[in-house]
Amino acid sequence: MQTKKEVLTKDEIDRLITRLSHEIVEKNKGVSTLAIVGIRTRGYIIAKRIAKVIEEQYNARLDVGALDITFYRDDLGLASEQPVVHNTEIDFDIEGKDIILIDDVLYTGRTVRCGLDALMDFGRPKTIQLAVLIDRGHRELPIKADYVGKNLPTSQSEIVEVKLEEVDGESGVFIINRQDDQTGEQEKT
Amino acid sequence: MTRQENKKKHKWVHKDLLGLEYLSREDIELILDTADSFREILDRPIKKVPALRGKTVVNLFYEPSTRTRVSFEIAAKRLSADVINIATETSSVRKGETLNDTGRNIEALKADIIVIRHNCSGAAAMLARHVNISVINAGDGWHEHPTQGLLDIFTLRKRFGHVEGLRVVIVGDIAHSRVARSNIWGLTKLGAKVTVCAPPVLIPPGIEKMGVTVKTNIDEALVDADAVNVLRMQFERDERNVFPNQLEYFKNYGITMDRIKRAKKDIIVMHPGPINRGIEISSEVADGTNSVILEQVTNGIAVRMSVLFWLSQATKKIGHEDID
Repeated sequence: MQTKKEVLTKDEIDRLITRLSHEIVEKNKGVSTLAIVGIRTRGYIIAKRIAKVIEEQYNARLDVGALDITFYRDDLGLASEQPVVHNTEIDFDIEGKDIILIDDVLYTGRTVRCGLDALMDFGRPKTIQLAVLIDRGHRELPIKADYVGKNLPTSQSEIVEVKLEEVDGESGVFIINRQDDQTGEQEKT
Repeated sequence: MTRQENKKKHKWVHKDLLGLEYLSREDIELILDTADSFREILDRPIKKVPALRGKTVVNLFYEPSTRTRVSFEIAAKRLSADVINIATETSSVRKGETLNDTGRNIEALKADIIVIRHNCSGAAAMLARHVNISVINAGDGWHEHPTQGLLDIFTLRKRFGHVEGLRVVIVGDIAHSRVARSNIWGLTKLGAKVTVCAPPVLIPPGIEKMGVTVKTNIDEALVDADAVNVLRMQFERDERNVFPNQLEYFKNYGITMDRIKRAKKDIIVMHPGPINRGIEISSEVADGTNSVILEQVTNGIAVRMSVLFWLSQATKKIGHEDID
């Protein structure tokens, strides 16, 4: 048996994304050097939403890119599941930009490490800043987010599931307790 | 969205890539989808990802080849693998070592993938049965050249957005062509309509059983064609002296601008290289706007990266695979 608890509703997610957007602009004192890169799949969805808020509120146009980190993973060939490969689409120059790297859940930090390595292969940005919707703790690498939507204390036996309308048909953040769970769903890092 | 869903469901299980005959439609689509992701890496300022860090790829070539070997070498290096090239003219093969012994020695050297080119059909499959590491067939006799088939199909898919329903003409020495065979296996599995076209002497008997249409008149074959894949006339292989002479061949089967103008406006012209200008294709066509020959070369790297990547994913979990 597994239990599933909703911890954030659709409206709460929307408000967190709006707040993150304003924090990003405030900390960077404007939008002129900003560009946004989301990690596939849901980080990219959030990236597009944040870009939309900033564009509307600050009357700006932002470059938005999608990053797939599969080829940078440190568990290739070790993980029990075969990887799912998506496309990376960064069709703008990141040289000298302030890049906001976005993911849905920050957990071990390994995905973000991959994202940093991948980004560096596109050039030399002025800064890379990390924004996440959820920080659930349990870091395995020295990585810290610059912008956090919500800190969510969890145990390692739990799964944090982020659902977003664009890919899942519904929005919400859930904690799944996987005691005796046989399905072995791929762990979100 | 369907491509994404396919990615999620399908698992790669093959230790080796010996031919497109042995792959399912889903296997082929997985390789092509992933090749899309690798294609993008080739346009980055730093064209390298760490996916095969610590792996060793050995190129074992018993036949002269520059483009395929270099393409595999670049593909492996773009994945951060180490590459060793063994040219058999300068190796212990000349001292009488058998293929299987050479393979097992390469395995004992702790290599992870062998890329083999051999003039005997079935050489790659035999090697694959005798070693536990992955084997990629880079062309065996008249049998198959699977990565060439995959890159041709990848190029078609990139141009047209789909493969299903495309009309593809393969013109040239069908009888002696491993490129033709791999293309036919792959294209028919993906639902393309394949026509082979050549002088009767260069069409192997029974080829219709592979699901292709046979035509001996190129102008007839090109009507309605979306793409024409022009094979190199391998005059050096004409041991029985049955080939038409070069001028006669060019006149009757050469892909000229005149013939292209009579075909569909956006027909694409492919060629596995090296091209013989004025024998199977005119310079005007080879360098013209319908030609995707150089695109094929670039796409070849992405497709081979994808093959190397998936084989390295499979070997860890699935041991020896028997294809027969």
